[in-house]
Amino acid sequence: MNVLADLAYWQETIIKVLIGLAAVLLPAGTIVYLYLFKMMSFMQSRLGPMEAGPFGSMQPLAEVGKWIQKEDIFPTKADKRVFAAAPFVVLMSTFLLVIILPGGPDATFVDLNVGIYFGLAVSSVSVIGILMAGWSSANKYSLLGGIRAAGQLIAYELPMILAVVGVVIQAGTMNMQGIVFAQAEGEIFGWGGIGNPYIITQFLGFVIFMIAIQAELTQPPFDMPIAESELISGYLTEYSGIRFLLFFIGEFATSGVFSAIAATLFLGGWYVPGIDPHNDIFNVIGPLILFGKMMLVAFFIYWFRFTYPRFREDQLQRLAWKVLIPLSLVNIVATGVLKVVL
Amino acid sequence: MSVSEQEQLAYIAAQAADARVNLELETEDGMTLNMGPQHPATHGTLRLVAKLDGEQVVAAEPIMGYMHRGYEKLTEVRTYPQVTTLINRIDWLGSFANEVPFILAAEQLMEVEAPPRAQWIRTILFEMSRIANISLYIGDMAVQIGATTPIFFAFRDREHILNQIERVTGGRFHPNFDRIGGLKDDLPAGWIEETKAVIKKMQTFCDQMDDLVAGNEIFQARTRGIGVIPAEVALSYGLSGANLRGSGVDWDLRRDQPCGLVYDQCDWKVWTHPDGDSYSRFWVRLQETREACNIVDQLLDNIPSGPIMAKVPRIIKVPAGEAYVATENPLGEMGYYVVSKGDLTPFRVKIRSASFSNMSICPWVLKGVFVPDIIAILGSLYFILGDIDR
Repeated sequence: MNVLADLAYWQETIIKVLIGLAAVLLPAGTIVYLYLFKMMSFMQSRLGPMEAGPFGSMQPLAEVGKWIQKEDIFPTKADKRVFAAAPFVVLMSTFLLVIILPGGPDATFVDLNVGIYFGLAVSSVSVIGILMAGWSSANKYSLLGGIRAAGQLIAYELPMILAVVGVVIQAGTMNMQGIVFAQAEGEIFGWGGIGNPYIITQFLGFVIFMIAIQAELTQPPFDMPIAESELISGYLTEYSGIRFLLFFIGEFATSGVFSAIAATLFLGGWYVPGIDPHNDIFNVIGPLILFGKMMLVAFFIYWFRFTYPRFREDQLQRLAWKVLIPLSLVNIVATGVLKVVL
Repeated sequence: MSVSEQEQLAYIAAQAADARVNLELETEDGMTLNMGPQHPATHGTLRLVAKLDGEQVVAAEPIMGYMHRGYEKLTEVRTYPQVTTLINRIDWLGSFANEVPFILAAEQLMEVEAPPRAQWIRTILFEMSRIANISLYIGDMAVQIGATTPIFFAFRDREHILNQIERVTGGRFHPNFDRIGGLKDDLPAGWIEETKAVIKKMQTFCDQMDDLVAGNEIFQARTRGIGVIPAEVALSYGLSGANLRGSGVDWDLRRDQPCGLVYDQCDWKVWTHPDGDSYSRFWVRLQETREACNIVDQLLDNIPSGPIMAKVPRIIKVPAGEAYVATENPLGEMGYYVVSKGDLTPFRVKIRSASFSNMSICPWVLKGVFVPDIIAILGSLYFILGDIDR
């Protein structure tokens, strides 16, 4: 960390906070515009926003402006403090998640030696925020949505963790940086031309991880907590104005961060084949490469989102406990055996 | 202190209305969930009071009347030609189909018959409004189940049909085109060829929806075996239309009583499905849209020439008498019971609308299902609020 190492702790922290904010908000805005507004519209034979800016590209800003202006309504019977705090708790888990992401050999927020473990732990914090929102709204739809969300997120945390275990076994480390290096310097049966992106050797793990994050993000086909045709908006029903905006940012920023984690774990993170992974150039182009890979993963998330109908709650649980968890356990066993044998 | 009789009556009415608003279903325990009057799944102002145990419905009851517009009463102060304007608004997605049974009933009382050309064009427009109505239902059902995309395809392709209806009638949604004794106008030039092309598009749309919605595994998992209505229950609750055919009852007024419409002039099939669940109701409607395209396509080929209006007096006075005519509308059996005393206006009109009867099965079919299934069942029963509350 050549540049930042010379700075005082507070200077370094301010820079990191600003970069962290950008790392959460910029991908969220890009995803909202490119995928939610434009890709969805093109899939549905519409044009999407066209007025604000060239091809409507300023529309996310216009939306933010609109939500900020709106009245922040509290229901009469709501538990005011919990109601007010819930969106911040959800957003907090996003910010805690983003700090484990490495953007280059030296470009890290915090280089935790159990990075992915920490990430999976803090990603569950959002459940608390959602339960808070569901309970404090004093609305039966919110309550149903909150409880569905809690059941769903807990059920899908397990396959997600178990899918990551395969990667951790193969990389031999929980450090995100270590996982990237393991992929960059790895070999597929003795051939190291493109390193060893784990999407090849851990394809089952990748599929399980993608399904699990789809459910973690409560995106269709797993959007029962906010199922608009059943529960109006689930736990979001009573929120308006800036608090709704925070939930909204949280949703899309989290989808970006989870995509980036998937890109780091399975697609080699900031690394591209052909350049020595210790080269300093990666501190500059690494974040952009990671961003590109993240958008690729996010594309799949949103493609599924606009295509599939919604599961029922019991079908979702059945999928998690009867299909995904056994499959991921098989994946762990196979990975472990191969690791020992090879 | 004396209370007048009128005040007493007003008090009783207020109490009764209040009891309806604050309805509590009589069950052991559970949480009362009010779905509606404003709820995305009821696409209108239907209110569904459900008692839940967890997510399971213990009892449910639909409460109607939030959009009551008093059409049956209003018809008594409108002349016969004016009535069609009103009844256009009953099932607003397939408006032309609403006019036909009323006009047929009036024609029956007046003992006039529309010329063959008018009958053919009526049948074509009737089936086109069926396509317009049900194609939107197909997209809407997917939205109910949670897929956002098909509804936009439905809106896009329905527009072709609406354009063709507009070309003939001048009204995109509410044609108000049917007259006692015939039709207002003849077909515009080139309309038949254009409509043939549009029908091709709609057939492609049906194939697309067959793949995209009916063929989707999640859609099938959500609708198969959900909301099963056996044939005898369906008959006893007075279901009609695709809801009845989805339960395996081979019943179609187009084939059974084709009064005034020329369904016997073409080759088509009544689709039924034996399962009686949400999926079968959806499937039957999808096949019916195909069949309607097929009917229109055949009828367009050989429209007879001739006048489009029979000889009727300029000022229409319907002779005294009673007539009930029902047709197979997009939503099911729609009938008008018209009582005339020989005036300019009907003495009494009773509208038998399909959705109202279809909704009566709600308490029976919703018992014991989960909250997401309520939506799948309501969606597949397919009601239009204007058709429930006239």
